[in-house]
Amino acid sequence: MAQKGIREYDAKRMLARAIGEASGNRFTFDDRLVLVTPDTNLATLEKEHPWLLKEKLVVKPDQLFGKRGKNRLLLLDAGLKAAKAWIAERMGKEVTIEGASGKTAGVLTHFLVEPFAPHDAEYYLAFTSSRDVDAIHFSPKGGVDIESVWDTVVSIQIPVLADPAKIEVLSKLPNIPEKEVVAAFIQALYRIYVDHHFAYLEFNPIAFSQGKLIPLDTVAKLDDTASFQCSAQWGPIEFPRPFGRPMTKEETYVESLDAKTGASLKLTLLNPDGRVWLLVAGGGASVIYADTVVDLGFADELANYGEYSGDPSTELTYEYTKTLLDLMTRKPDPRGRPKHLLIGGGIANFTDVAKTFTGIIQALEESKDKLQKNHVKIYVRRGGPNYKEGLENMRRLGERIGVPLEVYGPETHMTRIVSLALEEARR
Amino acid sequence: MKDDYELFTAETKAFIYGEQLRAAQRMLDFDYLCRRVEPSVAALITPERGGFEKLFWGTKEIRIPRITSLSEAASRFPAADVLVNFASQRSAYDVTVEALEIPTLRTIAVIAEGIPERQSRRIAALAKAKGTWIIGPATVGGVKAGGFKIGNAAGTMENIREAKLYRPGSVGFVSVSGGLSNEAYNIVARATDGLNEGIAIGGDAYPGSTLLDHLLRFEKNPAIKLLVSLGEVGGTKEYEIAEAVKEGKITKPLVMWASGTCAKVLPGQVQFGHAGAKANTAAETADAKNEALREAGVIVPTSFDDYHLKIKETYERLVKEGVIVPAADVTPPNIPLDYAQARAEGLVRKPTNFISTICDERGDVHNYCGVPIDKVIAEKCGIGGVIGLLWFKKDIPPYAREFIDMVLQIIADHGPAVSGAHNTIVAARAGKDLISSLVSGILTIGPRFGGAVNGAAEHFLYGLRNGLAPRQFVDELKKRNVRIQGIGHRLHSLENPDARVELMKAFAQKHFRRTPLLDYALAVERVTTQKKGNLILNVDGCIGVLLVDLLTELRFTDDEIDEMIRAGLFNAFFVLGRSIGLIGHYFDQVRLEQDLYRHPLDDILYDVPRAPEKVG
Repeated sequence: MAQKGIREYDAKRMLARAIGEASGNRFTFDDRLVLVTPDTNLATLEKEHPWLLKEKLVVKPDQLFGKRGKNRLLLLDAGLKAAKAWIAERMGKEVTIEGASGKTAGVLTHFLVEPFAPHDAEYYLAFTSSRDVDAIHFSPKGGVDIESVWDTVVSIQIPVLADPAKIEVLSKLPNIPEKEVVAAFIQALYRIYVDHHFAYLEFNPIAFSQGKLIPLDTVAKLDDTASFQCSAQWGPIEFPRPFGRPMTKEETYVESLDAKTGASLKLTLLNPDGRVWLLVAGGGASVIYADTVVDLGFADELANYGEYSGDPSTELTYEYTKTLLDLMTRKPDPRGRPKHLLIGGGIANFTDVAKTFTGIIQALEESKDKLQKNHVKIYVRRGGPNYKEGLENMRRLGERIGVPLEVYGPETHMTRIVSLALEEARR
Repeated sequence: MKDDYELFTAETKAFIYGEQLRAAQRMLDFDYLCRRVEPSVAALITPERGGFEKLFWGTKEIRIPRITSLSEAASRFPAADVLVNFASQRSAYDVTVEALEIPTLRTIAVIAEGIPERQSRRIAALAKAKGTWIIGPATVGGVKAGGFKIGNAAGTMENIREAKLYRPGSVGFVSVSGGLSNEAYNIVARATDGLNEGIAIGGDAYPGSTLLDHLLRFEKNPAIKLLVSLGEVGGTKEYEIAEAVKEGKITKPLVMWASGTCAKVLPGQVQFGHAGAKANTAAETADAKNEALREAGVIVPTSFDDYHLKIKETYERLVKEGVIVPAADVTPPNIPLDYAQARAEGLVRKPTNFISTICDERGDVHNYCGVPIDKVIAEKCGIGGVIGLLWFKKDIPPYAREFIDMVLQIIADHGPAVSGAHNTIVAARAGKDLISSLVSGILTIGPRFGGAVNGAAEHFLYGLRNGLAPRQFVDELKKRNVRIQGIGHRLHSLENPDARVELMKAFAQKHFRRTPLLDYALAVERVTTQKKGNLILNVDGCIGVLLVDLLTELRFTDDEIDEMIRAGLFNAFFVLGRSIGLIGHYFDQVRLEQDLYRHPLDDILYDVPRAPEKVG
């Protein structure tokens, strides 16, 4: 929801399509772009895109990470044959990227191929948004770590209520050749930034050559909530997951359940050997449960983050619980210590608690043997409509399946079951 | 006039934008629980229709106007200064911008989730310029204990009662999340003398009013003595709170926690439920925020697990210091349970006025006598099978389905001259619609038209059941001067049999286990044809006796068969089948654009007396 990174390919495609209209047909961008995916047939690429044979090419991974030059993942000024070989060698390979926020390992799957553009100057240009203003940041020194030359950056602030067609950039720019052309270009780009509901757009560098700005390295985020009014401008758009660890089978399955319903089902596996497992209702409450496990010093034992909310059907809560229990009971703790399952939640607004527990109870009942074998102890805390019946059903379940199970209602503080479980885990 | 720190009082009137009758009822129930003098909902704004809506005020019903435009609502109810905007993600912006132009509206709660950030930012900027309060977007709203409630805030009546929201306490609470507000109200109710006002600003990146905005409002409100807040990871608004505390703009004790401290152990791609809940820089992490708040002198627990204890501690200190005089408890009135809810909870029952044993349309798939409609189609039940389910309440075998299909096909039409078709044609030509024309044809079905099927079945059943030998049966009816129904044909005879009858007979003899009534009728036919060759079992007779044999096949008892016949079984087949033909005649006449029919005068015998007989 909200701000989502998009591929450089999509960003450049959208800009190339929009720049003509936004600049009163004064400017254009090269729209010759190819996105190579695992499904692309490299052998026949030039049939669909004959220009590949005529141009020198730039190739780079297009997976929402930057610093590709530094990470030696950038091919410049290459012929098609070399470009294909370069891609083939890297497709499907795991690499470790060094970025601003540390190292991230992931698999290369998407590459952007575009014409190599010889140029005179490299600038820095970025558009950002905050509560009251948008900001345009410009520096004549592009293509470097912009933080290291931040004193050369001019920032132009535009109030959110200003008319994007009437902004003035020229007087604020530093002295550069053909300054008024660059200013007009920036104004046109800002119009696109606003119209297309970009949340972030950064070119580092953007080249200037023969009276034109040419985006070289582009990072963009869209506000995906605007899709209902931007589908025409955006075209077919994909919001890829951030570069990094691919999802596990179970996470993918839960994501598919989530996609099926208006309700919400989320699962992130943190540590399959962890002894503290969360099955928590509600987005806000689920964060607080995970917080409390961490804040009480058990980050290492936290096995997962997840939530179910928005009144999922019995079938969905059953499937979700089964997936979680399966992960939890793959193997007992090597030191024979108990595992702790926290079935938590705040006081529901309108959701019938007994009803949402039905699927959970069913899955727990089926996993009886595995729960016993793994020495699982269950803690339940919930409130809201019909909670008494829900809690009573849980209590009876514990007796029925012979698994230790403690039950608490709204009279007990929401996260008390976390400290109860952790006090036990500490022993 | 309200003080500027007070958005809601027990006199506040609001508009609800959108089809939100349940939310409106919940607001009225809350009002009633608080013993408000007047309901808080001035009108519903529903662009699709005006009029009024009946809602409950305690046990009695009151009328709440429906108004189609905001501006009209505002001019009719100038005292209403709150808009609860339930417009969808797509239209919430336009509705809010329109509302911002209305000077009488002082507070706008925007409920919709997923409003584009640029629109939310514009709303916030416009509202600031106008001095209007925005709560939301993406929020459940808020509640003024003992006075006013926005839409669905605070959950069920049970929640509201448990958290004592029907009377004001001393605590001002503001959070990002609406989902946790019930939990928070519960915590506050258990740790203190209760909530005074609670607001959820919504989880988007750019809420129209911030945590700080509301805390500053609470600071000014003399009834609020203790501030409690729940922030979260993402954004930097909590630092403004720390600043405000440092600068002395907030002097009342503030207990606050920013959630999301677990973010540091989660992989970067995990997005929490809220759009705004994501740390992009170190300053946006929950840990950094909690630390900054603590440094500024805010009371910050070590984890959420101590949150309630910190609130309780602070409250008790304020009571001891005499700052808070605990609010007295009051007993709220009862809110009658809605019938549907009471029934769901097993608290009430009532006898039903209707019963249905042939089908059920509740649930995901409608069913015919317990068979889901998709299965009816998948198993190719056909019209015959459906009749089996809906008329006989039986899952009938394929041959029976096929036989019913055959009967309907045979009955479907008998030319334009018979009374039913004739009537339909005349009605169609008079310009009447399909239903009227069809019905005028159907209305002729009865003892004479189509009645032979019924009559034949009754006659032969009488003979068979009373053990009359065929000859005896013919003689007895002759003696009683009754013509045997289902016997005799204008053209067909033994030598020139009716193909339809032959087909049906052959089918039944092949597939039915037994055909006792057909056998009896054929025995009677052997008697009558001795007299005259065309006194054969005709098509009506054949259908009549075979339908009875079919019911016997389907294990109906004699009593049940009699009941079905009395209920009009044979007419049912006739009406259903013949409707096909009558509809055909109607379409035919319409397509041919036939004019009004007038019967030729020379086809009428006029035999009118010169003068009427004088009587009396």
